Amino acid sequence: MVIENGEDYNNWNTNEDSVYQLRLFVAGASSLSIRAINNLKSILTEHLEGRYELEVIDIHQQPLIALSEDITAVPMLVKKFPAPNRKLIGDMSDTAKVLRGLSIK
Amino acid sequence: MWIQINIFIFPLHYQYSMSSTLPSQQNSDNHLATLPKTLTGITGLDEITLGGLPTGRPTLICGGTGCGKTLFSLEFLVRGAQEYGEPGVFMAFEEKPQELTMNVASLGFNLAELQKEKKIKIDYVHIDRSEIEETGEYDLEGLFIRLGYAIDSIGAKRVVLDTIENLFAGLTDLGILRAELRRLFGWLKEKGVTAIITGETGEKTLTRQGLEEYVSDCVILLDHRIINQISTRRLRIIKYRGTVHGTNEYPFLIDEEGISVLPVTSLLLDKPVSSECIPTGITALDEMFSRGGYYRGSSILASGTAGTGKTSIAASFVNQACLNGERCLFFGFEESPQQIIRNMGSIGMNLQSHVDAGLLSFYASRPTLYGLEMHLVAIHKAIKKFKPQVVVLDPITNLITIGSVSEVKAMLVRLIDFLQVEQITVMFTALTLNNIINEQTDEGVSSLVDAWLLIKDIEMNGERNKGLYVMKSRGMKHSNQVREFVIGEEGLSLLDVYLGPEGILTGSAREAHKLEEQTGQKLHTNALDRKDRELERKRKVLESKIDSLRTEFESTEEELNKIYTEEKIKNEVILQTREQMKNLRSRPSGSENENFKR
Repeated sequence: MVIENGEDYNNWNTNEDSVYQLRLFVAGASSLSIRAINNLKSILTEHLEGRYELEVIDIHQQPLIALSEDITAVPMLVKKFPAPNRKLIGDMSDTAKVLRGLSIK
Repeated sequence: MWIQINIFIFPLHYQYSMSSTLPSQQNSDNHLATLPKTLTGITGLDEITLGGLPTGRPTLICGGTGCGKTLFSLEFLVRGAQEYGEPGVFMAFEEKPQELTMNVASLGFNLAELQKEKKIKIDYVHIDRSEIEETGEYDLEGLFIRLGYAIDSIGAKRVVLDTIENLFAGLTDLGILRAELRRLFGWLKEKGVTAIITGETGEKTLTRQGLEEYVSDCVILLDHRIINQISTRRLRIIKYRGTVHGTNEYPFLIDEEGISVLPVTSLLLDKPVSSECIPTGITALDEMFSRGGYYRGSSILASGTAGTGKTSIAASFVNQACLNGERCLFFGFEESPQQIIRNMGSIGMNLQSHVDAGLLSFYASRPTLYGLEMHLVAIHKAIKKFKPQVVVLDPITNLITIGSVSEVKAMLVRLIDFLQVEQITVMFTALTLNNIINEQTDEGVSSLVDAWLLIKDIEMNGERNKGLYVMKSRGMKHSNQVREFVIGEEGLSLLDVYLGPEGILTGSAREAHKLEEQTGQKLHTNALDRKDRELERKRKVLESKIDSLRTEFESTEEELNKIYTEEKIKNEVILQTREQMKNLRSRPSGSENENFKR
């Protein structure tokens, strides 16, 4: 797994054009949600400027998505592209973990 | 054999539980409001919980692997949807909906259909630690939303979370998880849904993650034990706040019809009783009971050592009942039906004709085929199906091979209980092993049965004979005599008590003694005859003596008479002579001569 990740990381690093497709699921405008959005945005701005598409979804308003995406814990960030799919939960305050999760150094 | 309809109803108990809980809910103005309960529809569980699980509160069901937690909770939902019109949500943390559907299809639950009808909703929650990175604080709002959505979309009244502890495997932050679980259970209460939460048994706690801390209203423990290679499932209500409940361990079964919990004993001893009596099938035995037979609906135990004719007694009882047009069910744990029919044919009972007439049915199985509980259920099933008035279990002692004495007893208590409610007369036969089991504690069943026949071997003079006596008979007088029990070609009979000088005599000793007595009688008669003759002779001698005496007397009398007459004649003559002399003197002498001349 770790090795795969390493390979992936190498691939992505060479592929400068790849656009990260990210979805952040939050539940309403709770302090947790707001914190997560702010933390994530600052990380993305710093590391992936211009190379990401972020969609923020409030599952309170779209519970069916919560079902189809199998969401339990929120806030949850899902990396749809590039592969592999990764799920990150929490308020994104642990920057190192977020970066590792998104396979960005 | 086992695939048959199996709906256990315990009418009395249901009535009881209904009357004790439901009206109090409805008339809460008049009475103190008691805890409202939701019927689970699981056979027997509603009885021991006196009406089901607490409505609108979470219930924890815990137990080890494979003890039936998932099935239990799923049956709760399915029964709710099918029988009580309460839709339910099943939140699965372990199995996927397809797997669940397949697993319970064997129990006759069509989950796919129920889902289509919007009666049940299954939501599969999957959390894999390897896929998830925790980057800070989070909550389980996603779970709440999904659950809330599922509940609202079908108007669910029942919810199952199976097994929520899996969250602990997927997520690492215990602090968050615990806080969220506490919130979840509070939220479920607010929603007013009756929930079941399942949990795996931990090492020292009821559940691995101590769910019992959060769910404190009702906790049910399931258990799966293997004793002597035969498994028994058990259920126990550890805690049920705000209500009375059965506290014992109740065996339960999972079969084609789902779960059935068998209450060990009903909580009340309020069974109907009958004073009607039914004949025993043995005329002489009828006479030993003051009312001419056993009470209807009572339980009778016939015990004895091997080969004393226990089965024959049971068969003759059944035979008589069938002749009276009653339906009988014969459970054989030793012999096959054909064997029993053949054997009883040899002593003048035609059981086959009753079978043909549909009055008699046999149910034979080896005890080791199933566990005791399974046997109990099999018996229940067969009785429910055949609806007999008389049931025979032959012999109950064979069941010990698959359970301890106390377990067999517990099983029989439940069976007797059930049969008494149904007003079925039951006869058990039991093998007594002279050395091992004291006759007073025969399976401990004696305290349960109403009548007890004991057949004893009487070994004497190189032969074995059978003595039968009535050890007890509740509610009627019975003979205290030991009777000789004889199995002949014409059937069973009891011979009158034969008391010899050395005690009770049986068999050939009895015959010998009889013969002896007959000879004695003859001799006696003979002796009497001789004495009579002797007397006659004596009489005759005396009579002849009397005769001779009388003759003697007569001759003496004659003698006396003769003397007397002589005397008389003498006197007369003297008188005459004196007269003449006087006359002569008074005249002259010539005249005297004259007189002489004349």
